[in-house]
Order: sequence, then structure tokens, then C-alpha cells
Amino acid sequence: MRNIGIIIKKQLRDTLKNKTVLIQFIMFPVMTLIMEHAVSIPDMPEFFFTKLFSVMYIGMAPLTSVASIIAEEKEKNTLRVLTMANVKSWEYLAGVGIYVWTLCMAGAGVMATGLPSSDIPFYLCIMATGFIISIAMGAAVGIFAPNQMVATSLFMPVMMVFSFAPMLAMFNDKIEKAARVFYTQQLRVLLGQMTFDGIKTETVLVIVLNALIALSIFFAAFKRKGLE
Amino acid sequence: MITAKRLCKSFSEKQVLSGIDLDIRPGMIFGLLGPSGAGKTTLIKIITGQMGFDSGEVNVFGKAVKDLTGEDKKRIGIMMDDHGVYDRLTVTDNLKIFCDIYGVPYSAVSRVLKEVGLDDSAKKPAMKLSKGMLARLKLARVFMVDPKIIFLDEPTSGLDPMTMKYIHKLIRDKRASGATVFLTTHNMEEAATLCDEVALLNEGKIVERGAPDEICRRYNHQKKIDIHLTSGEDIELDHKAGSAEMITRLLEQGMLETIHSSEPTLESVFLELTGRKLDQEEEEMYA
Repeated sequence: MRNIGIIIKKQLRDTLKNKTVLIQFIMFPVMTLIMEHAVSIPDMPEFFFTKLFSVMYIGMAPLTSVASIIAEEKEKNTLRVLTMANVKSWEYLAGVGIYVWTLCMAGAGVMATGLPSSDIPFYLCIMATGFIISIAMGAAVGIFAPNQMVATSLFMPVMMVFSFAPMLAMFNDKIEKAARVFYTQQLRVLLGQMTFDGIKTETVLVIVLNALIALSIFFAAFKRKGLE
Repeated sequence: MITAKRLCKSFSEKQVLSGIDLDIRPGMIFGLLGPSGAGKTTLIKIITGQMGFDSGEVNVFGKAVKDLTGEDKKRIGIMMDDHGVYDRLTVTDNLKIFCDIYGVPYSAVSRVLKEVGLDDSAKKPAMKLSKGMLARLKLARVFMVDPKIIFLDEPTSGLDPMTMKYIHKLIRDKRASGATVFLTTHNMEEAATLCDEVALLNEGKIVERGAPDEICRRYNHQKKIDIHLTSGEDIELDHKAGSAEMITRLLEQGMLETIHSSEPTLESVFLELTGRKLDQEEEEMYA
């Protein structure tokens, strides 16, 4: 457990100096605050930008940051130094995962500031679930990719599909039908309802199935490649 | 301290190490000398538990490598050629991570930075360090916990002579404080000046071992004396009593500029044993 804390501390020091990762965590919360306060269109649904950017945040920030962090450590062989110092692979992955999840939750906390206080627990639950699935996918990409360049080419299409499909689904029925199989789309539906009441079984099933697929890919990648 | 018996390792069809025997005593600097691709890094990775092996035995601190505990590993410092540092973090922050991992107080950072001569660069990001400074930072990371065994994979590869000398001094200091040092190199000068004992590794086999001077003496077949005269002429005399008269005469006449006995170097011993130079592959690569 101590080593997990050390990894979190290390990541915190590093991220403050790593603009490309830092921007992932800050971009959507800041954009949400700006857009919610600056843009007002007649008939626009309530908290439109908060809900839209939240789903994009889920599909983008954890996936890209976890994949980048792991791939960079592998590329520069710093991960090897950590494992040689008796940091276990699972401790490293848990440290990175908890760190990214916490930062994303902090971002979600900022995005939730405009919501009614009664909606915030539900909103944070949805965000937390989405971040976990995305982190598992990002970790799988990071483990599978030998370096950052390969990681980018792997996570880019995945991230585009998960983060942009829910937005495009708002404008096109066919895309909406296809996007239903993605957890981000189902999370968007839940954010639209903003209540635990009346959650459809189909929604829960899709999210659970996505989570299982993400975890399976993660474990398969880890079993095959470890953190070498 | 470190022993290996009949150690073998292969990658697919290729036999990388075959029948390696080692016995490294505490407090010595042991050099594993061989050209690129001879199996040096593979051997170091096996001994440090980073890689498995096919057959044989490897013991460190009297225990099989796979049985080494976390505490044992803390007594081992490893600096591999390809091990990186956190570029964006400062020199101090890089070391603080390992203070946390090893449970060493942060005060050790300034001590170890002073030791490796990086105290002036403590607040510099690692990405702004020169290659020599980076090597010293990696050494500082190794020295953090006062390891009992230090593995150094090509510690001075590509460094300027000044930094190389500085690192040699650090390694000698560690030996003086009781640490055992296992280093790999393809620099025969480094091995000759630094190591108490060397093993010459070629194509996965140890072809010769012993103290550098002893190995050179063992292969001193020619036993010649090279003399350079003040006139610029070079002469070669046999290493026999009869040559003494000639040398005395040259000395009396003030004609002798330099005089050397012509023992072989580790390089020439290696060439004699294997038919290849220690840095042959590098030379071919850059040709």
C-alpha cells in the first residue's frame, strides 16, 4: 500500500510539469464553466454543456492520460527502475489508476458546481463509473503499447469513438442507434435523466458489458505483456 | 557474495550464455569484459533477477536469486545502461521518489548528490543534464541505500574522459566502503585500471578470468623489451639477461628515451583467444 501512495505522489509531481497530460484534466472542466456561463441559446436543454462535456471528459481524459503515463514509463525504462526497487506491477498500476481517477473526479467536482446540489451525488456516481471503465481501457492500451507513439495511435481512435459518439448521436438517429452499445452513450442518457429512478436494464447491461470488456482487455494485455 | 554454476540461457535457437561459472568475493570490483552482444547484459539481468535462465544455479547473498526478499533487493544497487530517469522532475525529486520507496530520509539526497558531485544541479530538471551528469544521477540513485552489491552495466559508455575518471573514483570509493561491484564493460582500459578481477566473455562463454595483470602476464609469450632511442629509432630486445648489457650501454651513452616491457593488454589477450576485438562490433557499426 505504501508504494501505491509513492506512485501517486510521484505522478502528482510529474503531472504538474507535464502540460500534455495536465491539459487533459483541466480542459473540459474549464470549458464547462466558461460555456455554461457564457452561452445561452433559447430552448437549449438545462446544463447542456455540463452533460455534453462530462461524457467527453469520461471518454477522453482518463483513457489518454493513463495510456500516456504507462507508455512513457515503458519507453524511458523508468518503470523497470521502479520494479527493480521492489514496486510491484499491481502497485504501480493501482497508483496510476487511483491518481488519474482522483484527478478526474476533482475535475468532475468542478464541472458539477453549476448543478443543483440534489443532482451532484448522482452526477458524481455516473462520472466515477465512467472514469473507471476508461482507466481500464487506457491501462490496457498503455500495457500493450511499447512506446508513446504506438500508444497515441492506439488510443486516438478509441478515444474519438467513445467521446464523440454521444455528441454526434444528438444530431443523427443512425449514429444514436449505433452509439447505444457504448458506455459513454449510456452514461449520457443517465446524465440526461439525472436520477437513479427508472434506470433501464438495457442501460445497466451495456455499461456492465463495456466494463467487463475493458477489464478483460486489460487483464489479457497484462497477462500477455506484463509491464515489460 | 555472487556465485553462478553452469549457467545457461538461450533465446529461441540462439544460445546466449553457456556454462557460466562465477565466484565473486565480497569487497571486490569484478569486471565482465566482452564485445557488444557477448551476453554481458543478459548475465547481469539474470543475476539481478530481471530475467530467468534455462539451467544452472545463481546465488546472491548465499540465496538463489528467485528467493531474494524485498529486503535483500534493497541491499542491491543496479544501474543498467538503458535505465531512465524522470526527465521533467528535478534531480532532487528524482531521488526523493527512491527515498520514499526505500524508506530513506530525504537528507540522504544532499549527501548522495555531494558524493557524485551533482549538488550544484540539485534543482535542475533531469532533461537539462548532460550525459555525464545523467550518468552521475543514475549512480546517485544506486548509492541512495548504501548497497552491499552494486551492478553497473557499461557505467562509463560514451562519457568523456573526465567524467569517466570521476565515476571510476566513485566506484573505488564504494569498494573502499565495503561494497562489491560487478560491472560490465567493453573498455579494456577501464577494466585493467579499475577491476580486481575480470572475466572475458565471448559468445556466451567465459574464455579467461583472473586479475587483469595476472591475465596479461599469463599471455606474455613474446617477452620483449621495446626501446625508443633519442635518435627516434625503435629497437626491440629479448627479455633475457643478455639484453641488460645493451640497455646499460644505451643508458650510459644517453641514447635511451623510453623503455617498456611489452606485456600484452587485455585487448590483445582477447584477440588472441577469440580472434576478435572487444569493440569490433562497434567499429563495424560505425564504419
